[in-house]
Amino acid sequence: MIILKVNDFNKAFGGLQAIKDFSFELEKGEILGIIGPNGAGKTTLFNLISGFYSPDTGTALFKGEDVTGLRPYQLCKRGLARTFQIPQLFTNLTVLENVRIGSYSRITSSREATQEALRILDTVGLYEKRNELASVLSIGHRKNMELAKALATGPELILLDEVVAGLNPKETDTIIEHIIRIQKQGITVLLIEHVMKAIMSLSNRIIVIHYGKNIAEGRPGKISKDPKVIEAYLGEEYVFSKSR
Amino acid sequence: MSSTTQYTRNILVIVVAGFILIILPHFIGDYYIHMATMILLYGYLGLAWNILGGYAGQFSFGHAAFFGVGAFTSTLLQLNIGVNPWIGMFLAGIAGMLLGLFIGALCFRYGLRGPYFALAMLALAEMLRLLAVQWMTVKYPLGINIPINTDSFWNFQFDKKAPYYYIMLFMTAAALYLTHIIEVKRIGSYFKAIRENEAAAESLGINLFKYKLLAMAISSFLTAMGGTFYAQYYLIVDEEAAFGVNGSIEILLGPIIGGAGTVFGPVLGAGVLECLSEVTRDVFEGYGGVHLMVYGVILVITIIFLPEGILGGLQLIFRKLKKRGRRH
Repeated sequence: MIILKVNDFNKAFGGLQAIKDFSFELEKGEILGIIGPNGAGKTTLFNLISGFYSPDTGTALFKGEDVTGLRPYQLCKRGLARTFQIPQLFTNLTVLENVRIGSYSRITSSREATQEALRILDTVGLYEKRNELASVLSIGHRKNMELAKALATGPELILLDEVVAGLNPKETDTIIEHIIRIQKQGITVLLIEHVMKAIMSLSNRIIVIHYGKNIAEGRPGKISKDPKVIEAYLGEEYVFSKSR
Repeated sequence: MSSTTQYTRNILVIVVAGFILIILPHFIGDYYIHMATMILLYGYLGLAWNILGGYAGQFSFGHAAFFGVGAFTSTLLQLNIGVNPWIGMFLAGIAGMLLGLFIGALCFRYGLRGPYFALAMLALAEMLRLLAVQWMTVKYPLGINIPINTDSFWNFQFDKKAPYYYIMLFMTAAALYLTHIIEVKRIGSYFKAIRENEAAAESLGINLFKYKLLAMAISSFLTAMGGTFYAQYYLIVDEEAAFGVNGSIEILLGPIIGGAGTVFGPVLGAGVLECLSEVTRDVFEGYGGVHLMVYGVILVITIIFLPEGILGGLQLIFRKLKKRGRRH
């Protein structure tokens, strides 16, 4: 079943065509990675899908329903959640309050919402930190909390924007485990990532974006051998290391 | 401490404080009753401001607009068509709320934030003040006087000061209770989320426009009712007292000093400010204006050293102590 279908998205900022005729489909339950060089349009694409921007032309179908131009909160209610590249915290609130705001999107009772938030904090390993202010968390914990907030909204599709960027190898492994568990729960994952290890090991399928265009699509092993991709994104360094 | 013992302790504190406040007027003179009434009035107005400015983070610099509309609405209804001031107070709340929804819809629709929203609100209050100046010069050059009526609850007029104190005590207690409810429910979490980070709030399913308007509606309704009390207390309404910039500042100073976004901060702040202003006036008696300078200096120092207000600062210190205690 197709959970998300994007048809010919176009988005320009002034003279800059950030996204050009971009189309793809997302199968329910899969992990799809989007890679591309800096400035290729990855985050713009995320902002279009999650409703922070509306496309100049093109449509998006979520669970078969046209959701083009809906606001982020409307998409959230329909089961589409996202995280931000730079964690967007509620700085002066505790970790628990941060995550509870996510669970309030589907639970009105504050007692039940608290329980749900605690349960999710437990799964991402932040239970012990629940009464700390968000502002004192380390970057690793912030990324975990960002994930927990999005999960608390009870999504069917989650958009993860560079969740392991800036983390040490141990923290990276923890987040990778979380993402695998998220997929096992039946949540579809759309991933943007720079860290090759993470995206290659996680993704069932990868799309390569370059100058706002979808230039290649396929399984990780196939993508990493595609000459167009090597040229656009992985670059000379990667070619050298392969030949050695 | 478990939450049940904390709960019992809180109830106990409220009962004792309530009891003291209820018997208080029997032990103090008119001067102090007046002072206590003013503390409660500005505490109440601060609580109203706090819902929009402290919790939802929409810093209004023109709450006098609602205060003034409240004072004028009930007074003019009473004078022209004989509406009872209690009913007038409710209608004043409605009028304030309608104005709040109107200006809120305009500001929030176009995403006006921070200083821009603050200035839009200041402009609103100033516009109303100028309108009132023009209109009153023609119709009521000496201010609008509410005719003196017999001492009765129904008339909202009393010979003694104590009844006004009790009315204000009740209104403040009700506003405190409302703030407490907001604090522990989803709506309060949503207000705080909007204050802390709009993008994150919206991505977690919060309709920013709706919740900002909601905060505005509650805040403006309560503020306008405070305006009616003011009019009934002094039995005179003029454009400066109703819509003046001073009023807007006095309303927001309490929460800022006491702790914006906390339940008790606004009342605490109003109490500290009122006492401070009385004490400085007393100490520097005979030196015209000196007390205002000292008052100003103390305000500046508080804002520099306690940017989160008194309660906010205490919470921060308490959190640090608790952490240190856990480490040892």
